[in-house]
Amino acid sequence: MRFAPTPDEPRLTPFPGGIRLPAHKEVSTQRPIAALPLLPLYVVPLRQHIGEPARPIVQAGDRVLRGQMIGRPEGYVSVGVHAPTSGRVLAVEPRPVPHPSGLADLCVVIEADGEDRAVEPTPLDWHVMDASSLRNRLREMGLAGLGGAVFPSFIKLNPGARRSIPILILNGAECEPWITCDDLLMRQRASEILLGAQIMRHMLGAQQVLVGIEDNKPQAIASMMEAAIGSDIRVVAVPSIYPAGGGKQLTYLLTGRETPAHGLTTDVGVQVFNVGTAYALYRAVVHGEPLTSRIVTVTGHVAAPGNFEVRLGTPIADLLAAAGGELTGATGRVIGGPMMGFELKDTAAPVTKAVNCVLVKDAVHFPPPPPALPCIRCGACARACPMRLSPHELYWYARHRDFGKTQALNLFDCIECGCCSYVCPSHIPLVDYYRFAKSEIWAREREKKAADEARARHEFRLQRLEREKQEKAERLAKKAAERLESGAVSAQDPDAERKRAILAAAIEKARKAKEGVQPRNVDDLPEAVRKEIASIDARRTGGNGADPTP
Amino acid sequence: MLSAILVMSGIALVLGGVLGWAAIRFRVEEDPLVDKIDAILPQTQCGQCGYPGCRPYAEAIAKGEADINRCPPGGEEGIRQLAELLGVEPKPLGEGLVHKPKSVAVIDERLCIGCTLCIQACPVDAIVGAAKQMHTVVPELCTGCELCVAPCPVDCIRMEVIKEDISNWKWRYPVVSLTALA
Amino acid sequence: MQDYLLILLGTVFVNNIVMTKMLGLCPFMGVSRKLETSLGMGAATTFVLTLASGLSYLIETHVLGEELRYLRTLSFIVVIAGIVGFTEMFIRKTSPVLFRVLGIYLPLITTNCAVLGIPLLNVQARHGFVESLFFGLGGALGFTLVLVLFAALRERLEAADVPLPFRGSAIALVSAGLMSLAFMGFAGLVK
Repeated sequence: MRFAPTPDEPRLTPFPGGIRLPAHKEVSTQRPIAALPLLPLYVVPLRQHIGEPARPIVQAGDRVLRGQMIGRPEGYVSVGVHAPTSGRVLAVEPRPVPHPSGLADLCVVIEADGEDRAVEPTPLDWHVMDASSLRNRLREMGLAGLGGAVFPSFIKLNPGARRSIPILILNGAECEPWITCDDLLMRQRASEILLGAQIMRHMLGAQQVLVGIEDNKPQAIASMMEAAIGSDIRVVAVPSIYPAGGGKQLTYLLTGRETPAHGLTTDVGVQVFNVGTAYALYRAVVHGEPLTSRIVTVTGHVAAPGNFEVRLGTPIADLLAAAGGELTGATGRVIGGPMMGFELKDTAAPVTKAVNCVLVKDAVHFPPPPPALPCIRCGACARACPMRLSPHELYWYARHRDFGKTQALNLFDCIECGCCSYVCPSHIPLVDYYRFAKSEIWAREREKKAADEARARHEFRLQRLEREKQEKAERLAKKAAERLESGAVSAQDPDAERKRAILAAAIEKARKAKEGVQPRNVDDLPEAVRKEIASIDARRTGGNGADPTP
Repeated sequence: MLSAILVMSGIALVLGGVLGWAAIRFRVEEDPLVDKIDAILPQTQCGQCGYPGCRPYAEAIAKGEADINRCPPGGEEGIRQLAELLGVEPKPLGEGLVHKPKSVAVIDERLCIGCTLCIQACPVDAIVGAAKQMHTVVPELCTGCELCVAPCPVDCIRMEVIKEDISNWKWRYPVVSLTALA
Repeated sequence: MQDYLLILLGTVFVNNIVMTKMLGLCPFMGVSRKLETSLGMGAATTFVLTLASGLSYLIETHVLGEELRYLRTLSFIVVIAGIVGFTEMFIRKTSPVLFRVLGIYLPLITTNCAVLGIPLLNVQARHGFVESLFFGLGGALGFTLVLVLFAALRERLEAADVPLPFRGSAIALVSAGLMSLAFMGFAGLVK
C-alpha cells in the first residue's frame, strides 16, 4: 500500500545510491509490544552511550531504587545511568557487554528485590524551564539517541551558536531489515512520540517538524498521521530504499538539503532524532522518569519473535527466553540489523541503550559469506553508496594501510551502511576494511596526542633541570665568594673542603634519622593496619641494610 | 686560446657572483626538518636508539648521522612514516632492537622505599612521590620507556603490557579466508 | 604565435623527451615514487630547463660565436650547474622537505641528460631566442607530465597485487614501457 503525497507535502528528493532489501518485518510485527517480567538480576553497563563512560556512584551492598542514578556523567559527552529496578548492588565489576569486541566492561550488577520501588519522579515544566537547565536534567536522566548511535541527546538539543534549528525531523524510517521496534512504538504510542517531538521543537526553536516513515509501515504511518491531526507536524511516507533511515539520507530525502562533507545535518539547519528518543524524552520530561527501558525487537530464528519493552541491563539470554528461546539450527546472534549489526559473542551481555534488535540467525536466511575474490573494479559499490564515496578506491587504500589516502577520499563520511558490501559481486567485506581503517586512524591520533604531551613534559623537565643546575651553581659561587671575603677558611684548602663535606653529610644523616621518627599519618589508623605498617617497615630495614630508615 | 680562457672565466665569475648572492639571500637558519622528524617519533625518550631522547635522535637523522630504523617503540609504522618523509626505502628495525607491546611501569607500593631514584630517571615526569614517601606511576603519563626499572634499588618496578579494553579496542584487519569455500 | 604553440605541443606530446627521445630516464625512474615529489621535481626541472635553454642560446650566439664553438658543451654544463646550484638553495630555503625528498636527484639535474640535451638540440635546430625558450619549456613540461602520470601510476601499483618476482622496479619498468608505447600514439598528430 502506498501513500500518495498530498499537495501540501514536501516533494521527496531521492538520495543517491541505496538498495532495496527484503524487509522481513512481518516476522516480529504480529504481536503488540510485550513487557518482560521482573528478573532477579540486572547488569547495567556504565558505558551505554558514545563518549566518556559514566562514573559509578554506588558500591557493592548499596540499596538502590528504580530510576536512581548509579552512574554520574563524566566529562561533556556523557549521560547518566540509572537502576532499572529496586534492589541491592551485588558488585561493580567488568562483565561482558554487547560490543563487537566481545570484551568486558564496567557494569553495576543489581539483584532485584521484587518490589520495584521507584524514586519520586520529578516531572519537568518544560514550558517555563530555561533551556540550559532542561538540557542538564536530560543529561542526568540518561537521554541518548535510541536509533543505534546513542549520542547524548542533550548535546543535539542545543542549537548552540545558531540560536535555533529551523527543521526537526523525526526518524521513523527504520530501514534495516528485520528490525521493527520503531514500527511498533509508532503504532502503539504515536501521541506520546509527538509530544516528545513538541518538546524537542521547543528546545531547538524549530519551525517545522517532519516525520519520515518508510512506506512499508502503513499502520505506523496511519497511526502517526492520526496523532498528528490538529498539529502542524507532517508525517511523510518515504520509499523503502535502504538506508533511508540514515540521518543525512532522510534529511536529503525530506528537505533536499545535502549535508556537506565532514559536516552534520545541523550545518544545513536540520536536526534528526529517532522516534524512540522522542518517546524517551516524553517519558523523561512529562513523567520525570529517567531512561531505564527501551523497546527491543527479538526476531529471526526464535520461537515467538516480537517486540519487548525491556529494562536496560536485562541479560540478553533472558530476553531470548522471553521470546520463546532460540529454535534448533540457530547459527548465531546479531545485535542490530543484518546490515550494520555485529555478532553477539556472549548472551550474558545485557541490553543497553544501543540495543534495538536481537536477531537470531539461521543457515537459510544467513548463509555463511562466500569467500572474497579480488576486486574487479566493476563500480557496483560506487553506484550503491548513498554518500557518493568511491568504496572501491577506499578499499584499495585501506587494504594497503594507506590511511592518508583513505582520509583524502573522505573515509570519515562513510556511514558504514553496508550497501557496498551487499552489492559487491566479489563478496569483499568492504565495510570491515573501512572500520579497520577508521579505528587505526583514531588510534594513531590518540598516540600522536600522547606523544605531543610527553614531548611537552620532557621539554619542561629539561628546562627545569637546567634551571636547577644554574641556581645551584649560582648559590655555590655566592657561598664561595662570601667565604673568600670572610677569610675564615681558605678556599684553596682542599682538606677543609673535604671536612666540610663530611660534616654536611653527617648533618644530613642526622636530619634524615630525625625525620624518620616523625609520625607518618598512622595515628588515625586502626591497630591492625598500624601493625602491618610496622611489620613492612621492619622488613624493609631488615631486607635493605643500605637504608638507614628505622 | 686567450679568448677561450676569458670566456670561461667570465661565465664562471658571473655564475659565482649569482650563487654567492643566493647563498646569502636564501640562508637556512634552522633545519625545520628536525621538527617534522621529531613529530613522528613516539616521544618515549627511552634512549634505545643510542641518543639521549627523541629530539637528539631526530637531529641525528636530519643530519644524516643516524639511520631511521633505530626506534623500537615507533615500530614498523614509525619507520614507514620516517621513510616516507625522507623519501627513502623503509627497512626493518635495527639489529638488537625489538618492538615490544606498549606497556606502563607499575610500582609495587608495598616494596617502594621512597628513594626517588626512579623519579630522577623518569624523562616525562610521570612518577610522583617524595623522599621517604611511597612513589607511584601516573599510568596516563607513562610512556613505557623502562628507564625507571634499572635504577630501583629494591626492584619494585615492573612493566605491565597495556591490556585491551573497550576504549582502546581496534577493528582488526579483515582476514579473508580462501579456505572457507561454501 | 602558432609556431610557438606547435613547438610546445610537439615537445610535450609528440617528441616527449622521456617517452620518445629516451632522455632523463634516471630521475624518471628515481623520483616517481610519490606524486608530491614528482611534482616538485617536475617544477624544479622546468625552472632549470627553461632558464638553461634561454641562457645557452645567449651564450651560443653572443659569447661563443663561430670560432669558440668547441666550448659549447663545456660552457652549457657550467651554466646548467650554476642554475641548479641556485635552484637548490632556493628549494632548501622554501621547502626543506622537498629538498630532503628530492635528495640526490636535485644536484643530479645537472647531469640530467635532458637538461643538456635540449639546449644542444636547440642549437642543432637553429632556434631563435624565444623558440629556444619555448622548446625548453615544452620539453620540461613534457618531462613533468610523464613524471607525474608515472608517479600516480606507481602509487596505485604500490597497493596492487603484483606477482612477487615483478614487485618494485620490474613492474615499474614494464609500466614505463607501456606508457612509452602509448605516447607513440601521439606521433599520429604530425602529418
